[in-house]
Amino acid sequence: MKLILLLFLGQVAPVEVRAFDTPYDAGGSITIIWEMDTAWVAKVSRIGIFRASAPGLQDSLIETLYKPDSVYVDNSAKDNVPYYYRIVVYSDDTLIAEGKTASAAVSTQQWFNGKRLSVLIILIIYTVFLLYFIMRARTNKNLYIRKIAGLEAIDEAVGRSTEMGRPIVYIMGLGYISDIPTVASLAILKRVAYKAAEYNAEVVVPCYDPIVMVAAQETVKEGFVEAGRPDLYKESDIYYLTSDQFGYAAGVDGIMMRQKPGAVFLQGYFYAESLILAETGHSIGAIQISGTTAVTQLPFFIASTDYTLIGEEMYAASAYLSRDALSLGTIKGEDYIKMILVVVILIGALMESAGIRILTDFFSIF
Amino acid sequence: MTTIIWTWVAAFFTLAILSFLYKDNPLYKFAEHVYVGSSAAFTVLYVWVFDAYPKLVIGFKEKAGMQKYMLVIPLLLSLFIILRFIRPLSWLSRWSIAFTVGMAAGLGITGLTQGFLVPQVQASFLPLFVRGETVGQTVLLTMNNVIIVFGTIFTILYFYFSREHKGVLGVSSKVGVTILMLTFGASFGYTIMARISLLIGRIYFLLHNWLRLV
Repeated sequence: MKLILLLFLGQVAPVEVRAFDTPYDAGGSITIIWEMDTAWVAKVSRIGIFRASAPGLQDSLIETLYKPDSVYVDNSAKDNVPYYYRIVVYSDDTLIAEGKTASAAVSTQQWFNGKRLSVLIILIIYTVFLLYFIMRARTNKNLYIRKIAGLEAIDEAVGRSTEMGRPIVYIMGLGYISDIPTVASLAILKRVAYKAAEYNAEVVVPCYDPIVMVAAQETVKEGFVEAGRPDLYKESDIYYLTSDQFGYAAGVDGIMMRQKPGAVFLQGYFYAESLILAETGHSIGAIQISGTTAVTQLPFFIASTDYTLIGEEMYAASAYLSRDALSLGTIKGEDYIKMILVVVILIGALMESAGIRILTDFFSIF
Repeated sequence: MTTIIWTWVAAFFTLAILSFLYKDNPLYKFAEHVYVGSSAAFTVLYVWVFDAYPKLVIGFKEKAGMQKYMLVIPLLLSLFIILRFIRPLSWLSRWSIAFTVGMAAGLGITGLTQGFLVPQVQASFLPLFVRGETVGQTVLLTMNNVIIVFGTIFTILYFYFSREHKGVLGVSSKVGVTILMLTFGASFGYTIMARISLLIGRIYFLLHNWLRLV
């Protein structure tokens, strides 16, 4: 009614406009918000946003919005320059509302993103736990880690392969050296290489990425050296195949069919080729130990391999197999963080149930 | 004419690869070697054309000042990898690997915490009682949230390595692993459907583009 009356009288409704530096950003941005009577919203066809760089200067249109928004972020602002914003609201071609020029807003950079305080706190707590448990593990090497069936089976698989007089094929997936599952896979590869050297077995590692191949060569060599059999190490057994997903799958399938390995390890990050590889390994009767953090591929490994390391079990492998202080401390530290998170989730859910959103807002980082 | 030839080539390789379902055979071997060889060659070209040449060669030509000198770092790290072919200097390749792994681990700590951990924890803050429009809706919405919250907690407990899974922890981790298996089962079915659609795509290519039967 007010709107119709104002339109009839040819008057323009006021709009409260406020402009301020966009909080927690890298600069170059000013947020403009305005408030309009809800009765007006349905009539809005476009909103014009004007900007001037001095109070007396003629402002110019910087953006037109074609929906009844109440916020606009100007990402074209320069840092440390005062800007003056004004908005005009149209219903078709009729001016129905106009805001007074907002007081000056200056964009600046913030050195710390306060929205991510929760990330900082978690990392500080994690680091404290990590350092504490690394120090503890240095004095007490018998820190307990529960049995992980897939890792217990490594020795069995290598032994079986040796008894059958067949090689071991170790597949590291499609991950790059910068992927954490690939790094975890290298730790398992070292153990496999160590055992293979002890049993005088051959380890074949066809690689998807040339840098991973170099890292795998170094790892296998280290395993053979630690086992006291550097003479058995053959660099040519760890080779680059191709960096094409299904080309790699076709190549590894061919290797498996022709070399008939007694044990196949599928450890790393996998994509759609996982089932093709695991099924081929199964068809040749090899004992298969798989492990990945790829949630979509884990079902295939669980269905078609003998043992599967699910997600974090792979990361625990390094500590489990080597039992060095650094890795053990990491696992212990992670475990305590997990327990803290369990408590936080429970408290967060109870607070949400009571309608209290403090914790939810604190963890809202975007 | 060219299209017909390439359709026949694609059909031949499709059938050659599918022949692996019967057993390893010369046809499959041929297709496999062509595929592996051509894809490896393609990768070399791809890396040169889209990475090394525009970022390094063009970069050295067009960039100035500090931005130009910074390119020396990736250039050196790349050369270190190539030095593997010179045995006395092959140890330098470890520097490149160490740099990449260190960088990834450093970026991963904050990246994974703010990209996965914190948002997932926040997404688990769900009310344990939700009032719906009907009693049935109330029960369903509440059950949904309870399953998400406690499913997350029990699954986390499965990945607790510091104690033997006995007693309360044993029961909780068993519930956790059951939830994991249910999730994997659903994911399995969903992905199989996607794979079937890929197979249909290939069969359609053979029947439509090649044989023109459909």
